[in-house]
Amino acid sequence: MSSKPRIVITGLGLTAPNGNSLGEFRANLLAGKARIAVIDVRHMGRHPAGVCDFDATKWQKRKEIRNGTRVGSISIFCAREALGDSGLDWDKVDKSRVGVYLGITEHGNVETENEIHNISQFGNDTKYWTHHHNPRTVANNPAGEVTMNMGITGPHYTIGAACAAGNAGLIQAAQMLQLGEVDIAFAGGVSESIHTFGIFAGFKNQGALGAHEDPTKASRPFDKNRNGIVISEGGAIYVLERLDDALARGARIIAEIAGWCINSDATDAVLPNPERQTECVRMALQRAGMKPQDIHIVSTHATATALGDIQECTALRTVFTDCPETRINNTKSFIGHCMGAAGALELAGNLPSFHDHWVHPTINIDELDPECALPGLVINQPVKVDRVDAILNNSFGMLGINSALIVKKYGVA
Amino acid sequence: MTKDDIKQVVLDIIADIAPDEDLTAVKPEVRLRDQLSLDSMDFLDIVMELRKKHGIEVPEADYVQLASLDSCAEYLHPKFEAKGK
Repeated sequence: MSSKPRIVITGLGLTAPNGNSLGEFRANLLAGKARIAVIDVRHMGRHPAGVCDFDATKWQKRKEIRNGTRVGSISIFCAREALGDSGLDWDKVDKSRVGVYLGITEHGNVETENEIHNISQFGNDTKYWTHHHNPRTVANNPAGEVTMNMGITGPHYTIGAACAAGNAGLIQAAQMLQLGEVDIAFAGGVSESIHTFGIFAGFKNQGALGAHEDPTKASRPFDKNRNGIVISEGGAIYVLERLDDALARGARIIAEIAGWCINSDATDAVLPNPERQTECVRMALQRAGMKPQDIHIVSTHATATALGDIQECTALRTVFTDCPETRINNTKSFIGHCMGAAGALELAGNLPSFHDHWVHPTINIDELDPECALPGLVINQPVKVDRVDAILNNSFGMLGINSALIVKKYGVA
Repeated sequence: MTKDDIKQVVLDIIADIAPDEDLTAVKPEVRLRDQLSLDSMDFLDIVMELRKKHGIEVPEADYVQLASLDSCAEYLHPKFEAKGK
């Protein structure tokens, strides 16, 4: 990738179940504070879920909120906050040179289920089906809502990549910047999945829906007694630019995109394949021009399913041999699985490590599963390290989509 | 239901579908679109809410009858009366 333009992160906006800014999110990660609620899921009763409490009216009129989607509001909040963080002079930006690339696990389930419920109150007569259904459920909805809110006239679309979507959005944006398709990209991942009972029911009937009497302990990757996924909503959207452009405007550079890989298992719809995951991580390292020893934090994807966690650990054990400076953590233990937002949020939570040199842990481990025992796994308490120069962010999804994204501290060779 | 009642019914629907609008000074004789930020999707919402809440059907050919509060009241009054309201 050395002959291609270098891509940097110059802004970030997020909403997570335990924070509506990077500062709040990071403070809770270092303090070990999970925040998982218990919500009523249609047809299914009460289940733990990660709920965001950002103020949608900060950036949207109430009519926009009513007519749009929850994930549209999440996206607009994150994009607007990212813009503010970037220091861009928005009035002077050529909006036709701005792109919006948002990763999603799924879209349209929430709105479709709502309408099916709605017409069920009217004898299933479809004349009561809302005319807002199609604009709400087209797959580009969240990205399109961002463009309408912000007056962006460049390209926009979503990247459907199951739970690898957060990384996939960032990778797509980096590629479009390298191709010169846009000058500024808003990219990351978003999710409204807690509002669809179908996701809960699907995981439950798959034996993969997490539960615990204390909801903040329901998501416990790598713990021997883990019992599945806690579904969460959220979003993280980054401002990406070519390095030269960022330097020319005197931007604060948060990190540099160093390398990536997306590949496919081609084996099973739900069971991850550690061989392909290993290949994915190694290819990302190769493209970044790095060795495993150069990675100081591995942000794992692990979702607290019985087999998925072991499969990822198998892949990491294969790649990260003899890497005494490599720390491994997991953010889903705090916020659950934010689905399309997961990869983007989990990366965000680690970015301050470049400067504060703290590595947040994976929490809720009462008894470590021996099959998940990895050297460097940061358990329950944050650790201070001498330096953090590069972060590997894993994000995997159903149908065997794997993504590995490497970001590095700007200025490090 | 009086025509003034019907105007209030329509205003209540608009308050729900266009919550950012100030409805305190809506002039009944002036086109709603000329004094409020309403688009075609909003008028479809008005039609839908009349259907859902009051069982009133407004055929597409009659949408123009919903232009102002006064025209709404004139058009909808016999429909509400037919419903015994």
